[in-house]
Amino acid sequence: MTILKVNKLSKKYAEKYALKKISFEIEQGGFFTLIGPSGAGKTTLLRLINLLEQPTSGEIEYNGWSLDTLPKKKMVNARREMGFVFQNPVVFSTSVKANVAYGLSFRNLPSDEIEERVHRAIDMVGLHGFKERKALTLSGGEIQRVSLARTIATEPNLLLLDEATADLDPANVALVENVLKKFNKEKGVTIVMATHNFFQAKRLGDSVGFLMNGEMIEIGTADQIFNHPQDERTDAFISGEMIY
Amino acid sequence: MIRLYITSFGDMMQYLEALADALYLIFSLDPEVWGIMILSIRVSGTATFLAACCGIPLGMILGLRVYIGRRLVNNLVNTAMGLPPVVIGLYVFLMLSRSGPLGFLSLLYTPTAMIIAQWILATPIITGITMAAVRSVQYKYRDTALSLGATETQLWLTILKEARISILAGICVAFGQAISEVGAIMMVGGNIRFSTRAMTTAIVLQTRMGIFGMAIALGIILIALAFLVNLIFTTLQEGTEVVR
Repeated sequence: MTILKVNKLSKKYAEKYALKKISFEIEQGGFFTLIGPSGAGKTTLLRLINLLEQPTSGEIEYNGWSLDTLPKKKMVNARREMGFVFQNPVVFSTSVKANVAYGLSFRNLPSDEIEERVHRAIDMVGLHGFKERKALTLSGGEIQRVSLARTIATEPNLLLLDEATADLDPANVALVENVLKKFNKEKGVTIVMATHNFFQAKRLGDSVGFLMNGEMIEIGTADQIFNHPQDERTDAFISGEMIY
Repeated sequence: MIRLYITSFGDMMQYLEALADALYLIFSLDPEVWGIMILSIRVSGTATFLAACCGIPLGMILGLRVYIGRRLVNNLVNTAMGLPPVVIGLYVFLMLSRSGPLGFLSLLYTPTAMIIAQWILATPIITGITMAAVRSVQYKYRDTALSLGATETQLWLTILKEARISILAGICVAFGQAISEVGAIMMVGGNIRFSTRAMTTAIVLQTRMGIFGMAIALGIILIALAFLVNLIFTTLQEGTEVVR
């Protein structure tokens, strides 16, 4: 079943197109990795899917809902089915525990369920010793893990990740990747992950999209994209010959 | 030369005597001094409280909503933040004087008139500081809160919570401005003994009359109050301070 369908999506800022008529589909439970140089439009695409911005033209269909025509209340419902881990996450000026509970408190869940989910999410990202720490005192990598815990605590159906492991050391990258794989394989969570790391994109993605200058150059399986690219620009990018 | 020295010595003795008088008035709990202090705190405290009740919601609306003429509103609020107290006093006087539009309320030369004048003085300060604070917080937290599933109300509450220290600073500044101004309350309160005589107006009067003891006593209390307000603010601020 198709969970996310993007059709001829464009986004223009001032006179410049950040995205130009992008189209792709993702199946429920799929793991889609998005690669491309800086400024390719990866973040813009994720922000449009999460309804943080309005597209200039084109459509996004999530779970049968056409996102661009949703009324405000339904927009909140759609967002609550998604989770977004930002490239430069921010934490609220409270404890790690309260930070992870933030999204849950918006949903008016019973306090014992919030407590249970928060502890589970914090343990998953390896921050069990940090629950009572003030989040603003954490390092960049720890903040990134708090951000991931905060998002997975809401148990999203579609998880959007924007360079979510960029600030992490190799051990924590492995830990986060395991969490993502677990969510994807065991819980059937659909994941769209933008990354600069080719190896990560190859390791995790069922399908991979190569975005450049706002255009989706090529979409295929990890094997296709990394071993048999159809487009010469994809080939140049993954072989490291492209200077951008 | 010797004569000049004797004169200076005489003046100094006079000031020392005034200082001794001042300390006596404070520590003997002189009813007039304490009555003036309580009136000042009551007037400025009520005015600041009312200004916070209006200024915080107004600052949030003006700061967070997108509307035509936003820049003009910014300029107007910033100008109002620096309104000279005598000008406020003049207009409130004209409104409340017998022949004025609100003359029938018979509020001129009452503490209520003083509260109105200081409320007009304090509201733009709290509005302006709230407006700037929520804008910078919104820029930082909007996307995170929305992606975690916040409704518009929840987003506003989150922003208010994150901006609380700056808003509190605005309230302290407004109280400081209110309690230390002379022009407005002198004009609309009339500096009537045991009725509308506040600390600042009393200091002006006593100094003119050459009764320095009470003026110095009230000056010491005014500075102590400013210190106390600052201390409360610093203590609250330290509660959220980041220690790395």
